[in-house]
Amino acid sequence: MSDTYLNLVNSGFTKKVAKQLGLPQPAPLRRYRPGQPLLEGAVLVVGRGTDADAVAALLSGPWDLEVHRNPEPDVRYAAVVLALTQVEHPTDLTAPVLAAAGVLKSLTKGARVVTLSRSSVPDDAPAVAAARQGVDGLLRSLAKELRGGSTGNGIVLEAGVGVEAPSVVGALRFFLSTRSAFVDGQLLTVSSEAGSLPGSWERPLEGRVAVVTGAARGIGASIADTLARDGATVVAVDMPAAGEHMTAVANRVRGTALQLDVTAPDAGERILEHALARHGRLDIVIHNAGITRDKLLANMTPEKWDPVLAVNITAQLRINEALLTSGDFTDAPRIVSLASTSGIAGNRGQTNYAASKGGVIGMVRATAPLLEAFGGTANAVAPGFIETDMTARIPAVTRQVARRLNSLQQGGQPVDVAETVAFLASPAAGGVVGRVLRVCGQNMVGQ
Amino acid sequence: MAASKTAGPATSPRALVLGGNRIPFARAGGAYAHASNQDMLTAALDGLVARYGLQGERIGEVAAGAVLKHSRDFNLTRETVLGSALSAETPAYDLQQACATGLETVVSLSNKIRLGQIDSAVAGGVDTTSDAPIAVSDRLRRALLDLSRARSVGQKVAAAAKIRPKDLAPSTPRTSEPRTGLSMGEHQALTTAQWGITREAQDEIALASHQRLAAAWEQGFFDDLVTPYRGQSRDGNLRADTSLEKLAALKPTFGLGLDTPATMTAGNSTPLTDGASTVLLGNEEWAAAHGLTPLAVVVDAEAAAVDFVHGVDGLLMAPAFAVPRLLARNGLTLADLDYVEIHEAFASTVLTTLAAWESEEFGRERLGLDGAFGTVDRARLNVHGSSLAAGHPFAATGGRIVATISKELHRRRAAEGRPVRALVSVCAAGGLGLTAILEAV
Repeated sequence: MSDTYLNLVNSGFTKKVAKQLGLPQPAPLRRYRPGQPLLEGAVLVVGRGTDADAVAALLSGPWDLEVHRNPEPDVRYAAVVLALTQVEHPTDLTAPVLAAAGVLKSLTKGARVVTLSRSSVPDDAPAVAAARQGVDGLLRSLAKELRGGSTGNGIVLEAGVGVEAPSVVGALRFFLSTRSAFVDGQLLTVSSEAGSLPGSWERPLEGRVAVVTGAARGIGASIADTLARDGATVVAVDMPAAGEHMTAVANRVRGTALQLDVTAPDAGERILEHALARHGRLDIVIHNAGITRDKLLANMTPEKWDPVLAVNITAQLRINEALLTSGDFTDAPRIVSLASTSGIAGNRGQTNYAASKGGVIGMVRATAPLLEAFGGTANAVAPGFIETDMTARIPAVTRQVARRLNSLQQGGQPVDVAETVAFLASPAAGGVVGRVLRVCGQNMVGQ
Repeated sequence: MAASKTAGPATSPRALVLGGNRIPFARAGGAYAHASNQDMLTAALDGLVARYGLQGERIGEVAAGAVLKHSRDFNLTRETVLGSALSAETPAYDLQQACATGLETVVSLSNKIRLGQIDSAVAGGVDTTSDAPIAVSDRLRRALLDLSRARSVGQKVAAAAKIRPKDLAPSTPRTSEPRTGLSMGEHQALTTAQWGITREAQDEIALASHQRLAAAWEQGFFDDLVTPYRGQSRDGNLRADTSLEKLAALKPTFGLGLDTPATMTAGNSTPLTDGASTVLLGNEEWAAAHGLTPLAVVVDAEAAAVDFVHGVDGLLMAPAFAVPRLLARNGLTLADLDYVEIHEAFASTVLTTLAAWESEEFGRERLGLDGAFGTVDRARLNVHGSSLAAGHPFAATGGRIVATISKELHRRRAAEGRPVRALVSVCAAGGLGLTAILEAV
């Protein structure tokens, strides 16, 4: 789906006009390609303490980046990392934040700002909690100020999680990289030191077998492509009627196609049977299949309500139960479900859809603990406005407005959702449990 | 005994049906009106590759064919392989035996597997009557060839001058028999009259075919046998809501000039159809290496032919001779078969075949038996419907039947844990018939 407005404000005469009129100027986002350097420029690490030192050592050591601990003049930074895990009073934020502030005007295009902080809990001393929670507001506001396709995201460490925990390292790399191009203004909580760093950051899913439902088109097809690119063997699942498109996807990713209605009572058993027989294992399930049947609640009918809940949440619950009771889904398994910003912020005409997507968020929160004993996780990804066949059917003016209602002032691509799914499915994300990560360009609605 | 370098394997491998894929069959001029044979066969093959994860795989051999074929499609199957997700190093060949083409690809590839020449294969077939080749008349063709050889202006004028307006009429392919000039329907009308098959009996066969195929679709039986194509996700010819009343209301189309009442209608004859099918075959080792569950063994096959030009047998009666020979060779009787798949070229083709087997006279005089060959339990006949409901893209029918019944055999054996067998019988133009036995794994 092409965004004509975005193209116009980034080229020639129309660019000039847009600038003079003060129109929104969304920047083209750079997406991930294998072989791409992690950052194209130096990274500034601000903050003092052992955690900040450890982060700086990671960036300059294994990741081979040019790391500065103090802003240097005439350097256009590609990233700023604010290591704020050891702040104990709101005034501790002053020095690092103002140090970062000085370089914001000269960031490269598509730069990254990442905060590292600790979650505030009732047991904290009030000043500590204030400092920690302050980072939340800081990051969300900072993200809204960034321009040129730059993003700001935060990693929140729960008690007992060190900055070198696999999921902190994995999330830091995800947020610094172009994989997170459309993730903006988000705070991801890491709950434990579970998970493991991949042998290769380019192929973190090597040797893993992943099932993607709704894989024939749009976001599902992109997820299949992305998981395969990251090394996974993919089982593509979709309705029998979607078989033609699914064939193309399965052949492109060199996986297998399973024509299956996910609402079938034995869908979980059939998925598992297929994965075990053909590929010997099953490690990752991406619940992407979903439908909409929009209607104001006052006009709602069972025909519009029932199928949405059946496909979007009931089927996921049933499939998860089959996998969890099978005894064959136990090697650091990953469940990633597609939620939606509608399920968080609500959307007029989508009570059925929002109920199902809100349900997904509750489901992953309650499913994650059931998988913890096997090093497994369940998480959700909530896409905002993504350029798909579905959003292409929105009336033109409404669509133009919807696209601009986020900090990046544009719609995301299916691959942006797919990259986030792939991150949550990766071995490094083992400490991220029961969370929802939004891929919305920091949409103005909801959290 | 001294070891010989030329000795084959100690025990010959079995040829297993591992799965299949077809595109939904469409009525001629319908969803696939602008699809070529190669387009459709590629879609069926790519769907098979996707279902079984065979991308980039070098398959032992792929064999397929089409009955109605453009001359440019001389290497149809190889070209299809080159355009598919299989390895370009997969060998392929075209095969044609009229409507038996699809089944013959299964049989000949199975034989190669049994001989140990190949470990895996894809059998297939495709036909389109929507994209049928149209040739110029023989007179025009000769004149054009002369023209191309002419050197002087005088020779060119002379060659061109031979062309007459009537020569410009295109020559379209027909389903009429070259030796009799009769269409297949008219031939079968003669056989129908010869065996005294009633209109009601034919309509009952047609109704059962539609009802059973519709039920199979409803149950999701075809979810792992068919991949949608060009927006078509079910067989276009299927009429789930047909009834004996609706079928009885149709006017007869064949046998109108005979002394007996005409009984064959568009409802109890197969329509012209577009479609393609594939069947995945392999030996045990290959199946295990690819994590595939064998469905059935291709046990044996027998072809027959009748002299319909000079003899008493109808054009499509060859299977009536092939099956008794095939079963005898394998020590089986009709009672040993759990499923009998008889291709429904016409409802009456099935009925005249069954009538011949039930005839004392036919058994003694034409089959050389002591009496009638036997009776087929109708409950075992075409259990998921057949060509009357699904349609009949000539060369694709054999693959449809083999894949469908192999899945059913496997399902039945898994449920009952005993040997389960099926007979597959396909009649073909030229008085040909090809039959095969499949046994569940």
